[in-house]
Amino acid sequence: MASVSKRYPVRARDFLHAGEASIQIQAFLKAMGLDAGLIRRIAICSYEAEMNAVIHGGDGELEMTLADEWVTLEVRDAGPGIADIELAMQPGYSTADETAREMGFGAGMGLPNMKANADELRLESAPGRGTRALMVFRREAAGGGAP
Amino acid sequence: MKVAELCETLGWKALAGARGLDREVRGGYCGDLLSDVMAKAPPGCLWLTVQGHLNIVAVALLREMAGIVITSGREPDADTVRRAEEEGIPLFTSPASAFTLAGRLWELGVGRTGAA
Ligand SMILES: Nc1ncnc2c1ncn2[C@@H]1O[C@H](COP(=O)(O)OP(=O)(O)OP(=O)(O)O)[C@@H](O)[C@H]1O
Ligand SMILES: [Mg+2]
Repeated sequence: MASVSKRYPVRARDFLHAGEASIQIQAFLKAMGLDAGLIRRIAICSYEAEMNAVIHGGDGELEMTLADEWVTLEVRDAGPGIADIELAMQPGYSTADETAREMGFGAGMGLPNMKANADELRLESAPGRGTRALMVFRREAAGGGAP
Repeated sequence: MKVAELCETLGWKALAGARGLDREVRGGYCGDLLSDVMAKAPPGCLWLTVQGHLNIVAVALLREMAGIVITSGREPDADTVRRAEEEGIPLFTSPASAFTLAGRLWELGVGRTGAA
């Protein structure tokens, strides 16, 4: 197998569909027989990145690629971008508005969760230029389950 | 213990997800901050929360939870009930606080090492 990619649209402020792309990715990876622990880590990252695009970012796309040795997640949005990435990565830092906080978002833990659960996280962003979060997961550490 | 037994014993009101009632409950988690729950709730747990909006169903699915109990007399949104039903996620309400419910669940053996 070379690789399989799946792409899902993500819409800014669309709380009715937020999370659905992540649920579909999880279902796909289960059907492909990936290790349960690996799927859990991917689900955390996918959800947090998707929600960040919905809450703080703009319209965009979530793309998952399954290859023999890797799974990658890439979430791109055309939102306002992040001025200070180092600050955004700090646990507890959040600019979530009142509406999002009332819903239980805004703990400032999404990016730290992504960093803790991905084997590699690259966050590219600049004010006015949108945000791109790329996460890589090694499959071999999880052992077996190859499709 | 199974979701249905706990619901019955603790007198929760079942709103959705009847087809998930025979799931085994393997732990519990209390939390209203979604990224905390997403990071820490154990698979197969019952989640006690005051959040009632649609996104809790996504969190429950992604964390492979046994079910959700909305505590302190709060009511979920209609969308949440509909989605939980579609996905087969047991969804309950209780007038009791998360503290009280967690205590009762603990007494019943949920979340204590090994077999819950
Ligand atoms: N896609 C994005 N576009 C613009 N800003 C972002 C984006 N993702 C993150 N940020 C900024 O980084 C901050 C920290 O993000 P993080 O996910 O860690 O916390 P949060 O989303 O505020 O809260 P939580 O994830 O715990 O609900 C956000 O509050 C926001 O200011
Ligand atoms: Mg976040």
